[in-house]
Formats: sequence, C-alpha cells, structure tokens
Amino acid sequence: MGTLIEEIFSRKAGRPVQAGEILLLDVDYIMSHDNTTPLAIKAFREIGKPIHDKERIVLHLDHAYPAPNILAAENHKKIIEFVKEQELPHFHRQGVCHQVMLEEGYVTPGAVIIGADSHSNTYGAMGAFGAGLGSTEIAVAWVTGKCWFKVPETIRIELAGRTQPGVYAKDVMIHIVGLMGMDGGTYRSVEFGGEYIESLPMHERIIFPNMSTEIGAKCGLIAADEITLSYLQTQTPAQGPFEMIRPVHPRYERVLEIDVSQLTPQVACHPDVDHVKALAEVAGLEIHEVYIGTCTNARYEDLEIVAAMLKGQKVHPLTRVIVTPASDRIYKKAMKNGLIEILMDAGCTVTGTGCGACIGRHGGILAAGERALTTMNRNFIGRMGSPLAEIYLASPATAAATALTGKITDPRELLKSPFSTPQGAAQ
Amino acid sequence: MSKAWKFEDNLNTDEIIPGRFNITIDPLELAKNVFCEIKPEYSKKVTPGDVIIGGQNFGCGSSREHAPIAIKGSQARCVIAASYARIFFRNCINIGLPILECTEAAAGIQEGDEVDVNLATGEIFNRTTGRQFQARPLPDFVLKIAGAGGIVNYLKEHDIQELMA
Ligand code: SF4
Repeated sequence: MGTLIEEIFSRKAGRPVQAGEILLLDVDYIMSHDNTTPLAIKAFREIGKPIHDKERIVLHLDHAYPAPNILAAENHKKIIEFVKEQELPHFHRQGVCHQVMLEEGYVTPGAVIIGADSHSNTYGAMGAFGAGLGSTEIAVAWVTGKCWFKVPETIRIELAGRTQPGVYAKDVMIHIVGLMGMDGGTYRSVEFGGEYIESLPMHERIIFPNMSTEIGAKCGLIAADEITLSYLQTQTPAQGPFEMIRPVHPRYERVLEIDVSQLTPQVACHPDVDHVKALAEVAGLEIHEVYIGTCTNARYEDLEIVAAMLKGQKVHPLTRVIVTPASDRIYKKAMKNGLIEILMDAGCTVTGTGCGACIGRHGGILAAGERALTTMNRNFIGRMGSPLAEIYLASPATAAATALTGKITDPRELLKSPFSTPQGAAQ
Repeated sequence: MSKAWKFEDNLNTDEIIPGRFNITIDPLELAKNVFCEIKPEYSKKVTPGDVIIGGQNFGCGSSREHAPIAIKGSQARCVIAASYARIFFRNCINIGLPILECTEAAAGIQEGDEVDVNLATGEIFNRTTGRQFQARPLPDFVLKIAGAGGIVNYLKEHDIQELMA
C-alpha cells in the first residue's frame, strides 16, 4: 500500500516499504554517457573490483558526439577502449541517451534505473523509477549491482481538462515549474496523474518526468497503463509481461490540482527555469537562434508539428533555426516521411542526433548578447555557450512560430491545421 | 580559521562550473574555473581551508561531479548550506567533500566572515559575529562513507551491504 514510488520500491525490496526508509536495492540498468562515463571509469579502477553484471550496464555517446574537439575525442576513445576491455554488450551512439533508453526497451514499468545524468527522471514516463546520480555511484553500481535510496515523500500533481489547440504538454509542464519553483520538488517523488495525463500519448507524457528534474525532484512518475503497454509493444523490443504498478491507498505529502483547459502557451524566461511567463508577455522579443532538439522535445511528433507549421514557408532570414532529432530512429522516420525535406526547404539546419547545442559544446553555440528560444528543459546562464546569451524555453509549436518571424510568437496566430491532433499534422 | 565565501539560493552546477569546462576531471584544472562567472575573484583569492556558504537547494542542476570536485580542488574545507540539491548532496558524500546542513549558519554568516568549523560535531562558530551554530546530524551510513573519505575508499575495505548493517 502506498504511493507509486512506495509501490515500485516495495516490489523491488520484496517487502512493503514507506517514505523515509533507507534501502539498498538491486538496480536493473545503470546508464551513463560520454560526459559522465570517464569519471566512472576512473572510480571503477580505484575501487579495483570486477563488474557485477555486464548486462545491466548501458553506455552512450551523445553529449558531444561526434567529437567537436580533441578532449571530447579522448573521452570517446577512453570509453570505447573500456567497452572493448570489459566486453560490454550495451553501447549506443544513436541519439540522446534517454530517448535511446526508451526506444531500446530498457525502460519498463517497475524497473529501477539509475543514470549518471540528471534527466534520468525521464524513465518515470513508463512507470519506472529513474534517477540521476554522479559518476562515482555509477561505478559503485557497476561493481555491486546496488544503490542506496531514501524512499521519498510524494507530491501528487493531479491534472484535469484538455489543453486548447496550440497548447501542449510542454506548456503545461513549464507552467508547473513556474508554480512550484526550482526547489519545489526537492528530495520528492512527483507523481503526475489525472484525466489529462491519462489522455496523453507517450511522447507528450515524457515531458513531465523529464522536467521534474527542473523542480528538483528525485523522480517524476506516471503510472503505467494501456498507452504505456501499447508503446512498449509497438515501439520497443521490450519483452513482457509487464506489471502495471499503481498507487494503492496512497498518502501524499501534498496534492496540487491543476486544470489545464484555460492554459495559454508558456515560456520559461532567462535566466531561471522557474521564471515563467505567459507567452503574450514576452511576445515580440527578438530571437537569434531557434533550437529544436533534446530529450525533452525532439521526438518524431515534435518534428511533425514543426514541419506542419513550416511547410512551404521560409524561416526568418536572420534567425538561425537548428533541428537536432533526438535519435537516429526518429531522424530516419522523419526522413522517410518527408519531414526533413520540409524543414530544410524552410531553411532549417538539420544536424546529426544527440544532445547537440543543449550543453553548449557544439551544434549551435550562442554568442554574447544573443537570445535563443529552444525546446530544451533548462536555461541556466551559459548553458548554450556565452554566459552573456539568454535562453527561453517553449514548446515545439512556439519554436516553429518563432522561427518564421524571428521574434517570440504565439503559435496560435499561425494556426492553420488542427493542432489538437498533432499526429498526421504533416499530411 | 577560515574565511567565508557566500553564495545565493538555488546555486546551480553551471554556476559552480560551467559545462564547457567539464572536459577535464582534474580537480586542480577544474578549480581554476570554479565559480568563474558569478564570483571570478574566488579562484584567485581562495586560501586552503576557506568555507563555502550556500543558501537553499545548493548545487541544483546537473548530475555532474565536476561541480563538487571543482570545489574540493579549490581546497575549500567544506560547504555549509541551508539545503542541498539531491544529486549534489550524494556526490559530495561520495567524493569526500564535507558538507553541513544548517539553515541558521547559512543565514548568519556573511562573505568574508571568519568561521571555525568542527566537522566531527557539526559545530560552527562565526568569529566575526560571535555566533555559534549547530548543523543537522548526518545519517549513520553517510557518516560511514564520509569516515572512509568517500565511497570508493569505503568499498576497497567493505562490502556494500555493510553500509546498512
Ligand atoms: S539533451 Fe540536454 S538535457 Fe537531455 S540529456 Fe542531453 S544534455 Fe541533458
């Protein structure tokens, strides 16, 4: 009996557990990427013990891949040599780690997954526990198969209603971040539910656990349901049966009820992710770069929305518009269905997959005094390059509208097709 | 005796060390750029044993250990904050950077104050104002890791199960 996190941890611990307990649990997968694996390898060597179970280790090259400089190249080399030396079976370089984790079926309901990346919370979209840790703990899990956790208290966010055309899950989550503030979920499990969440397809659900990191949450969870199952069965190689863990007579620390039906497009403004405004308040602000990418909003359906809005048009001549699909699989599907051609014809630069410009290493770095509008999840000062640049976060539709005009623009003004059904919007 | 360097609430890992410097894991290299955008004088003027004072949610943002490593590399003695971001908190324990949680000290110590810290007891004394503070005690298993000087050292001598024993 308990909240979703208590239920997930109870199943794993083999006994009922409650918030406040400290557990040492077996982990199902241990994820790390090119930014964090080198430190884990160093800690692994220092510990001096063998790997516990190679099957559970998943490594990615995505943060600065292909290597934009010599130091990144040395990191990649170090990781590849490690993969070879330890004969590790799960090594990926086909996109942003979290998207690849979902696509490759590592993430299943009830799984306990740790990642050396703060957005490992993303896995909560499938009803799995996902949490970010540092590299040293990743090395500890490599050799022990275990990790300690304090069972967190839960904040439930109950979402009612349906969004209006032109308003997306991203707008809803940015709104929540603004309401809760960036420490509003610290040490907590944040459970997202209610009729709105239940109505959402998987690509929209992912935004909520993904950005639960932005309110400091330990994890962000959505209980698995039929939509989760159908995603697993049709989009991933994961083999069932899957256990649909749900909260049972949960006791929440706090319940936040939000009706999304009147919400308008939202923007998280420079310099803090909880500096949230209705788009109308910042409309017209000049934008030098529009960046559509990352583990938050560069899925096929996101590209479809953007392509539908840019089809047959040209982006603003002085605004750079960069599109980085989240994974190769997404890229290929977008290519096959003609989206990439539409985007390129409109003047977008489509890059290879991965984290791209998100961490300011390559693929669209900003100069001092520039302002970007992006589909990313965080807007820390200096995140995309110069500390004197400004970053604004919004939905893919807002990014597309802004790409056309070169200034922050409400996508509803350019509403031509029914956005409420983004699937098929490109047809 | 240590000098205090004071930081604001919600200090994020990019403010501790911007992502573009995380191409190295050398503590001394990282320390050269620690706090470079928000307190550029820090890395030039810090003396070994100085103390970092933070507010709420210190170390939020990325999971990167580069942030606590950069602070440790600058030879700061410890961090005292009202509260920590979860991953940062774990990372500090794991790499052996001492951290204390104390809301009153975080508010009652200003930049440049002279501070004595007893890491074993959690007692904090502000010499400049004469005020004494007591940090919250850390859980047993955290003390075991801290006592070993970090999780890597702990595992050299112990099985992980012993943490919960
Ligand atoms: S896309 Fe950005 S937020 Fe997502 S994992 Fe990569 S760097 Fe992190």
